[in-house]
Amino acid sequence: MSVEQTDQNVGVGAETYGGVRTEQLWRVRLKLLWNSLRSSWAIFSENPIGMIGLVIIFIFGLMALSHPILMATVWDAATYDPIVGFDYTIDSHPSAPSAAHLLGTDPIGRDVLSQLLYSTSSEFGLGIVAALVTVTIGTSIGAVAAFYGGVIDSVLMRLADLVIMIPSLPLLIVLGAFFELNLLMLAFVIGILSGFGGVTVIIKSQALTIKVKPFIEAARVAGGSDFHIIFTHIVPNLLPLAFLYMMFTVTTAIFSEAVLSFFGLMNIRMSWGIMINLAQSEGYLLRGFEFWWLLFPASIAITLLCAAFYLVGRALDEVVNPRLRKR
Amino acid sequence: MAEAIQQDVKARVHRDKPLVEVSGLKKYFPVSSGIFSRASSFVHAVDDLNFTIMPGQSLGLVGESGCGKTTTGKLLVRLHEPTAGSILMQTEDGDMEDIAHHKGTALRQFRRRTQMIFQDPYESLNPRRTIFDTVAEPLTVQGIGTLTERQERVAALLNECGLTPPEQFMYRFPHELSGGQRQRVAIARALIIDPMFIVADEPTSMLDVSIRIGVMQLMSNLAERFGVSYLYITHDLAVARYMTDQIGVMYLGKMVERADTEELLSNPLHPYTQALLAATPVPDPRLSRDFINIKGGISKPVDPPPRCRFYARCPIADEFCRDNPHPPLEDKGGGHYVACYKVGVAGA
Amino acid sequence: MSKLLLQVENLTMHYGTRGGDVRAVDNVSFTLAEGDSLGLVGESGCGKTSIAKTLLRLLPDNAKIIGGHVWMGDTDLLALPENEMRKFRWSRISMIFQAAMNSLNPVYTVGEQIIEALELHMGVMDNTQARARVAELFDLVGLDPTFMDRYPHEFSGGMRQRAVIAMTLSCNPDLIIADEPTTALDVIVQDRVLRKLEEVQAKLGMSMIYISHDIAVIAEVSNRIGVMYAGQLVELADSVEIFERPLHPYTFALMKSFPSIKGQRQILQPLEGEPPNLITPPSGCRFHPRCPRATQICVDEVPEFKDYGNSHFAACFHPLEEGDY
Ligand SMILES: Nc1ncnc2c1ncn2[C@@H]1O[C@H](COP(=O)(O)OP(=O)(O)OP(=O)(O)O)[C@@H](O)[C@H]1O
Ligand SMILES: Nc1ncnc2c1ncn2[C@@H]1O[C@H](COP(=O)(O)OP(=O)(O)OP(=O)(O)O)[C@@H](O)[C@H]1O
Ligand code: SF4
Ligand SMILES: [Mg+2]
Ligand SMILES: [Mg+2]
Repeated sequence: MSVEQTDQNVGVGAETYGGVRTEQLWRVRLKLLWNSLRSSWAIFSENPIGMIGLVIIFIFGLMALSHPILMATVWDAATYDPIVGFDYTIDSHPSAPSAAHLLGTDPIGRDVLSQLLYSTSSEFGLGIVAALVTVTIGTSIGAVAAFYGGVIDSVLMRLADLVIMIPSLPLLIVLGAFFELNLLMLAFVIGILSGFGGVTVIIKSQALTIKVKPFIEAARVAGGSDFHIIFTHIVPNLLPLAFLYMMFTVTTAIFSEAVLSFFGLMNIRMSWGIMINLAQSEGYLLRGFEFWWLLFPASIAITLLCAAFYLVGRALDEVVNPRLRKR
Repeated sequence: MAEAIQQDVKARVHRDKPLVEVSGLKKYFPVSSGIFSRASSFVHAVDDLNFTIMPGQSLGLVGESGCGKTTTGKLLVRLHEPTAGSILMQTEDGDMEDIAHHKGTALRQFRRRTQMIFQDPYESLNPRRTIFDTVAEPLTVQGIGTLTERQERVAALLNECGLTPPEQFMYRFPHELSGGQRQRVAIARALIIDPMFIVADEPTSMLDVSIRIGVMQLMSNLAERFGVSYLYITHDLAVARYMTDQIGVMYLGKMVERADTEELLSNPLHPYTQALLAATPVPDPRLSRDFINIKGGISKPVDPPPRCRFYARCPIADEFCRDNPHPPLEDKGGGHYVACYKVGVAGA
Repeated sequence: MSKLLLQVENLTMHYGTRGGDVRAVDNVSFTLAEGDSLGLVGESGCGKTSIAKTLLRLLPDNAKIIGGHVWMGDTDLLALPENEMRKFRWSRISMIFQAAMNSLNPVYTVGEQIIEALELHMGVMDNTQARARVAELFDLVGLDPTFMDRYPHEFSGGMRQRAVIAMTLSCNPDLIIADEPTTALDVIVQDRVLRKLEEVQAKLGMSMIYISHDIAVIAEVSNRIGVMYAGQLVELADSVEIFERPLHPYTFALMKSFPSIKGQRQILQPLEGEPPNLITPPSGCRFHPRCPRATQICVDEVPEFKDYGNSHFAACFHPLEEGDY
């Protein structure tokens, strides 16, 4: 890069500025992103609560990964398939945990551990899609409402109020009764409900504080369009907060799925909620602790994973809001 | 090299025509008394301003908090749209163009010629964007130059603004810089698009004393080098003395006095300017100051009575001032403009 | 020479933080005579407020007084137990805090708040007696006594600041510490508050420590000036003396960089560099990285804060001389 490479376009005096070595911009940006992740990690990792949550999530991640591997190696498909498997060697199902079935079998002869592991990845998928939908809706609507104010803001906020007022679980149950919900649909419905409701309101109030900062006016003076200002100045400043609410949405999504499945309102073949549903519909839940392996693995998994995302969310709160940090 | 740039600037601008010509400029903000009621009264934040700025010259705006300095500045860069009046600006071809109600493309075109530097160096840079992104923003949004060219130009300008070596600053974030360094970044951002006119709103008032002068000097050097004019807003007359060719004193939305800087400081004519000068502390215990006692404090110009705005606090007011409208800003001799009935024309 | 009121010896105070100790006050010594007013000037973060808070022992939890003495008569304020120190505050020394005018409680009238402060330190008083005292104080600071039944929001910024001054005067202290009392005010209002403060101080014969970053304001109100840099006092002298014959290069640089509306329009000289970080301050003389006169000894050794005669103190290896101005 030298003196000759300048162009008339750049304006007066550009030729005096030659000779400055400049790095490839994308490489610089990658390095900066890496640095900021590292420093956020430094703060996050000091928080024991967040680390506990992260470890739990990590373990569930390993579980999700282990299912296809086990199926391909040690588990025979006919016996261990989480949906159509059946163990003929055992006389009566459900059978208690044994060496062959570490968590026993369910009332129709399928391996509980296999079901548990198999469902993990779909729970993750559900949570993540719901969270992404939430964040996309929450930040863009919040930012637009805050930026334009006036009628646009009023209309969007009244809609958001409406969504907040509708109790989401009963609504989901009604929806589930009318339509056959699958996981993807559920993820979108939950994402829209929580994104367009509480998250939008919270993000909008944050956007309002950003909108009045002088750097927004500076961008306007520079010639930036509304689109430029919203998406390069306001939204990036909302993302940390949005990321925080992503974690809480994951919790909501997993929990809602369990409830809907429990009532048999989901059109899916296997999930933690379905596992409990089956135990319930066959009447085993009323028999107390005798058939514990039908209830506990799935319900503990739901509780732990929900709690883990919640804990990570709390810890992220400290990264995002430095004021919460202790000194 | 510097001369080559100056030549270029000279070629661009008609030296004998004003760069900015403001007449009858007004900005009223509605004061709403409730959510549902329509605004019934207005803050007369800027009320009938008239002034011109010649190319290469800088005008200082001074006055107490709330007198409308920032509002005037924001009108001139069209962050506000005027309630009334015209703002003529010289274009690249030397024509005068009224930008008071520009929109869309015309407004964007105008933004290539005018920039602004803000008061608070901590709030005027986006904390999540690198220095390079911030400084290059006017080029980026206007689609000027290639990425490499922008990088070179930013580096060169940072260098010029005393942020050396520029490679060390380009990819840092604002929180990694001190207040003075941030304000230098803001100056670089304002200059990158090579504007003819910059509104500087108290650019040094939040900086530490030892750093303030460096930034002030940088601004005047660059103004000379790039042929830029400033509207320099400050509440500190001493700062205005060093940064401007002319000073306009504002009081509750009105300009009450305007003259060449040294003339205004040595021969203030309006009673408000006199009080302002008398109250400005002098950094030398050997010099004494006069004491002019003016009444009361400043208030908000909400639907002000039609008489002289300064009447309520004026030590020399009489019935004439009470019964007549706000006095016009008149030349009292030698381009010294004063808006006061009790100040006679020099030599008359 | 008049009697000494306050003697500060080798005062050192640090703030403990995650990144290390912030050496906010480092080995500061000065004296203050009765009736004098000392102006402390220096840029933001140099430790002005920290000195004031250390004198009054009103420090946050992470502050550590490392050493030194603050003598008022025969009492060392730093050695007093907290309950006796409480008696000293307000009655002997009182302080106007930075941005104090915003600290008035909006739900009580200004008069009530002053009476409350009075009773806290002088015991419960008869209401008419207390109101008479408040009226007297209002009068002293140039406020209309009928305003004591109004709420803070009905006061302008300058009036609120004067009400705060009235409050700090309520127990007739020997010393007032005023920390940037006029920084947020407009020049005309600032001028009035300053003149009132000077007038009251002269009338009551109090001493004052006036803190500001604005050397022009300091020059107006104080007859002695102390210049601070990075937690240390680098120069101390009578006002006229320090302006006529500054010894420390930082003092000189500060004066050179201050614009004035009076006199010749001098060329201002910027001071290069940035103020140092107080966790790892520069070795030797803390000013050496920015000092045009620095030599090797300034890097290696700490200059002594010594008397150059005429009660003019400075800490510098190469003080300015006649030909340098
Ligand atoms: N967006 C707005 N809406 C309503 N009133 C406004 C608005 N902006 C400014 N004002 C009012 O207009 C008047 C002038 O304000 P402006 O900010 O121009 O003053 P200023 O001279 O810059 O003061 P300062 O020295 O405090 O910055 C004030 O009374 C202010 O309250
Ligand atoms: N509670 C605290 N904990 C840690 N560091 C502190 C604390 N209070 C102040 N400091 C640091 O101590 C130094 C001196 O602060 P101080 O408030 O005394 O400065 P100052 O001269 O009064 O500045 P200003 O003019 O901005 O008021 C600064 O570097 C500041 O960051
Ligand atoms: S016109 Fe009258 S009231 Fe206004 S400033 Fe002049 S003398 Fe005072
Ligand atoms: Mg302003
Ligand atoms: Mg302070």
